[in-house]
Amino acid sequence: MDHVLQAVWQPLGLTPLPWLTVTIAAYVLGQMVQRFCKNAPFANPVLIAILVVSGLLEATGTPYARYFAGAQFIQFLLGPATVALAVPLALNLKHVQRSFPGVGLALLSGSLTSALSGVAVVAWLGGGRAAAFSMAPKAVTTPIALSLSQEIGGVPALTAALAIAGGIIAAIVGRTMLRWLRVDDWRAHGLAAGVAGSGIAASQVAPLNGLAAAFAALGIGLNGLLTAAIVPLLAMLWPQ
Amino acid sequence: MASAFAILIGLQLVGEVLRQTLHLPLPGPLIGMALLTIVLVARGSAGAAGEHAVPSPLRQAANGLIANMGLLFVPAGVGIIAELGVLRREWVPILAGLLISTLLGLAVTGLVMHHVSRVVGAGHRRAPEVPAE
Repeated sequence: MDHVLQAVWQPLGLTPLPWLTVTIAAYVLGQMVQRFCKNAPFANPVLIAILVVSGLLEATGTPYARYFAGAQFIQFLLGPATVALAVPLALNLKHVQRSFPGVGLALLSGSLTSALSGVAVVAWLGGGRAAAFSMAPKAVTTPIALSLSQEIGGVPALTAALAIAGGIIAAIVGRTMLRWLRVDDWRAHGLAAGVAGSGIAASQVAPLNGLAAAFAALGIGLNGLLTAAIVPLLAMLWPQ
Repeated sequence: MASAFAILIGLQLVGEVLRQTLHLPLPGPLIGMALLTIVLVARGSAGAAGEHAVPSPLRQAANGLIANMGLLFVPAGVGIIAELGVLRREWVPILAGLLISTLLGLAVTGLVMHHVSRVVGAGHRRAPEVPAE
């Protein structure tokens, strides 16, 4: 039986299709679980898909590099999807212009809080400088986070892990926590997701409402610029 | 559909080229997003009113991509599980820092945006209790 499986699996394993299919199927499964749990925040399809695929990789002894050879085609679409966020942004431009003072203040305070509290908590609990500065840029979109981390003496691989884990946390708790804080405004929900959880959290609120998508896109873009200015200054205060 | 993808991927390419030639600190797709916003807004003020400022194939492709954006993060997410080793050292301060800074960042951004917008008196858009799918 093992031989038969190996014979069938091995030629297939060379093409990108099997892991591509597994990734999409795991995400569809995640969406079904989410629907079954009546949109309970912890039933996050991204998290479920990651766990299912990781389990399968572990069970089949597949190295990540071979998985990624297939899954890279999905990741490639992140580029055009990011460009596509311009559409809700343009459609809601009037709202964006009208709330500029709010966006500016919220962005500045949220971005500073996120970077400072990350560094402070790691240092306070006895973490080293490298861990603290891997944390500092983790809320911004991953390519910016990686280059910042490198620049200020963090560990880029750790920053990448934190960026994704933080995005998932923000996607899971974001809407519940903001409603609990009596924030019932799509603009605030979108902006907070973009600033604190970047693309992953944005991917959770953006499909729900065009206005939320517009402010999430704005949050991701502006937070990238602001954090790129703040974090190197923060690093100068804690020399190597 | 093909025209929409040509626009989206073409602008990502333009963004990538601009980033490299001008040494901009932003990733290519974000520059592409800014460019597309400018183009669409310019079209809007040039007379194509409201929804018509965005050609309908582009609107459909954008909606499709945004609705399934979560899927696009799965391959990278699987990667972090494969490299959990980096988290093993100093995992307590790292986990605590991650949780606290993410929650604080969310709360502060959301609260400030919500209350400043109310004071400034812009149109108040309510988020429904149950997410509309």
